[in-house]
Amino acid sequence: MKNEWPLWEIFIRGQHGLSHRHVGSLHAPDAEMAVKNARDVYTRRNEGVSIWVVEAKHITATAPGEKGPLFEPSESKVYRHPTFYDIPEEVGHM
Amino acid sequence: MYAQLVKTAGTGVKSQEEMTDQEREFQDKIDRDIKIEPKDWMPDDYRATLIRQIGQHAHSEIVGQLPEGNWITRAPTLERKAILLAKVQDEAGHGLYLYCAAETLGVTRDEITEMLLDGRMKYSSIFNYPTLNWADIGAVGWLVDGAAIMNQVPLQRTSYGPYSRAMIRICKEESFHQRQGYDAIRKMAEGSPEQKKMAQDALNRLWFPSLMMFGPSDKDSVHSAQSMAWKIKINTNDELRQKFVDQTVPQIEFLGLDLPDPGIKWNEERGHYDYTDPDWSEFFNVIKGNGPCNVDRLAARNKAWDDGEWVRDGLLEHARKKAARKHAAE
Repeated sequence: MKNEWPLWEIFIRGQHGLSHRHVGSLHAPDAEMAVKNARDVYTRRNEGVSIWVVEAKHITATAPGEKGPLFEPSESKVYRHPTFYDIPEEVGHM
Repeated sequence: MYAQLVKTAGTGVKSQEEMTDQEREFQDKIDRDIKIEPKDWMPDDYRATLIRQIGQHAHSEIVGQLPEGNWITRAPTLERKAILLAKVQDEAGHGLYLYCAAETLGVTRDEITEMLLDGRMKYSSIFNYPTLNWADIGAVGWLVDGAAIMNQVPLQRTSYGPYSRAMIRICKEESFHQRQGYDAIRKMAEGSPEQKKMAQDALNRLWFPSLMMFGPSDKDSVHSAQSMAWKIKINTNDELRQKFVDQTVPQIEFLGLDLPDPGIKWNEERGHYDYTDPDWSEFFNVIKGNGPCNVDRLAARNKAWDDGEWVRDGLLEHARKKAARKHAAE
């Protein structure tokens, strides 16, 4: 056995105007067939109004080892969140 | 579930002292319910066991299409036909979600398919039983999918991210499978005396094979203990089987059918139904390849794969030519 179809990552946008979201992957010979297969595999129950397909080899991802240097710095920056600030009740909703 | 007798790699649960630093960090993540993702470090035994388990699960979804597909053209009404078609299509989808999860562990789709086709990997024993008539289709949805749900619901919390996400998606769709089966068998149980007899016969024949789906007792198995420590197995086989019996007996009574096992009795003290253990020699015999349909099922899968080869190759070749033409035009 050889000649395996390439792997595609599938992104679907649901009904409510949110961004496309990764839902899974599948094999297909080309982009056109990947879209057709994605429709059958991932939208059998009205899950989507739009499909993106990306061949998996074109995705660049962060490495698990980089998790610390990349994401830990934001942990200490609590002042980026609205809850960091006390607003007197008299001021009202803000 | 659809995975039975999955051999857990390794020698059992290691103590904290026996673990390497990497192993300790890995186990600590699992204990804190942090998901393991494809690129994360994981012990080789965890990876190997998961490939076996997810692979067997995927194969079961695919082979599981055969006993039901057998009845699509003979469904009693157009509505039942549409429902069965949708269900069988779902099973194909479930197989695909799971194959993709397995592939994130480093096995290719072709490798894993090949292992099913040449018998190196198994699928659930239940699909080696035949579906003789329409009542069996109802009973399969009700009992077989019901038993599968018992196992799949806890597995939504499994430690391996892609497996967990596949299970969540599958569980969302699986409930329809069980309900349509119960609906179909209820129609027959409430029908003519002949129909009711068929419903009873289907229940009687499929009851013990359904109990076998959970696999033999593993409460003393060191391998199961390891799989549970890794959270790729959440409950023991006996726990799930008991849960299935407790849930199903009242459903049988509602249908007005006789219990398929005279040993079924409510045990006040335990707060559970007692039941007769299935004949495990039959189970091992089916697993070994000697069930009523083992040969047919594998032959059907091999035929589908071989007959589809020119389509797979043709589409790939077409895609290559199209890409080359586009490249030349640029």
